[in-house]
Amino acid sequence: MVCESWKAKLDTYLDGEVSGDEMRSFDAHVRTCPSCSADALTRVQMKRSIQAAGRRYTPSAEFRKRMQQKIVSRPRRSFGLGWTFAAAAAAIIVVGTLTSVYLGTRSGKDQVFSEIADLHVETLASSSPVDVISTDRHTVKPWFQGKIPFAFNLPELQNTGFSLLGGRMTYLDQTPGAHLIYDAGKHHISVFVFQERSLPARLDKDPVSPKQLTFNMETWTQGGLRYFVIGDASAANIDSLAKLFKAAS
Amino acid sequence: MPHFERLYNFACWLTHDRQEAEDLVQETYVKALKGFSSFQPGTNFRAWIYKILRNAFLTSRTGLKATSIVQLDLEGQEEALPTVTQTPESILVQRSDGRLVQKALEQLPVPYREVLLLCEVEEMSYQEISVTLAIPIGTVMSRLSRARKALRGGLQQQFAERVN
Repeated sequence: MVCESWKAKLDTYLDGEVSGDEMRSFDAHVRTCPSCSADALTRVQMKRSIQAAGRRYTPSAEFRKRMQQKIVSRPRRSFGLGWTFAAAAAAIIVVGTLTSVYLGTRSGKDQVFSEIADLHVETLASSSPVDVISTDRHTVKPWFQGKIPFAFNLPELQNTGFSLLGGRMTYLDQTPGAHLIYDAGKHHISVFVFQERSLPARLDKDPVSPKQLTFNMETWTQGGLRYFVIGDASAANIDSLAKLFKAAS
Repeated sequence: MPHFERLYNFACWLTHDRQEAEDLVQETYVKALKGFSSFQPGTNFRAWIYKILRNAFLTSRTGLKATSIVQLDLEGQEEALPTVTQTPESILVQRSDGRLVQKALEQLPVPYREVLLLCEVEEMSYQEISVTLAIPIGTVMSRLSRARKALRGGLQQQFAERVN
């Protein structure tokens, strides 16, 4: 009979919408009740399936560009209306700057680099930048299993000055890939990993000038995978993190 | 552009049409920039922009059509959910057949589809969903419960069709 009252609230509990005390009581009960724990497991699996199935559509690069151009061309007269808009406007300005760079040097390679910078900025502007929140590479790596069509290694970070914040799935030119976010002091650094053969442009020749992107970036190919490390951290930090990845792969 | 990819994904799920979804997202950003003065600092930006998108959808031809043919007893008496152990849909879910879940989601009426997507995909709190859909939190909870039940029903139906 007790279980029935728990079960009635099971979804609310799994949605994280019960109070702290109730959450602790639920935790204790679920650990000791096989019926409720089986029920909770099925519902968690269902939640995960809906989440995976629901992340289905990705905007085309062409639509993204069209939108960036449209927004940047609008008069920006509402600065100072609050921090959120400031954040939104800042993101729009950065995207706008990148779009201008893109328009000035229209090529497949630059487009890829601009897209990478966009993904980095857009993710940091999000209220939930990562989908798997963990500092443990042994948690983050398996999370990508079944979500992206390749595997890759994450470096050990002990005593390196970097810390892993988590990861998320991402898309570049409709190609699925991994996006990892690291902290280096107060700077966030994104690491993107894609299959090289799926990317639209050859990126090895004439590496991008950091000044063009306003970020520091490093990119290389290893084992058929294309890596991008990008952030507003110093070039030395970007290089160090890139070396750690190269050593781990 | 904050939330761009996710807004587009949500718009596709609402409209079932990429071109319409693009129009909807474009309209959302234009309205958001034009009407930013209506946003109250300190309130939830994400809920605010999703609400703009949803309102734009509801007044679109597809949105009007989708909502006019749906007659649901959405806010009726809450039914207790059955105990879920090893059921056909849990077997399906364990097999991670994403296509079946996508199909079941597609077939849900808009009010159920949107509340499930906001909760499970966008991972919004009940409070954020309440603001986005302009409904009380109690209604969010009952609608979610019914949406989940309807999704399970859809999965069971697909499972039965597969077996037969």
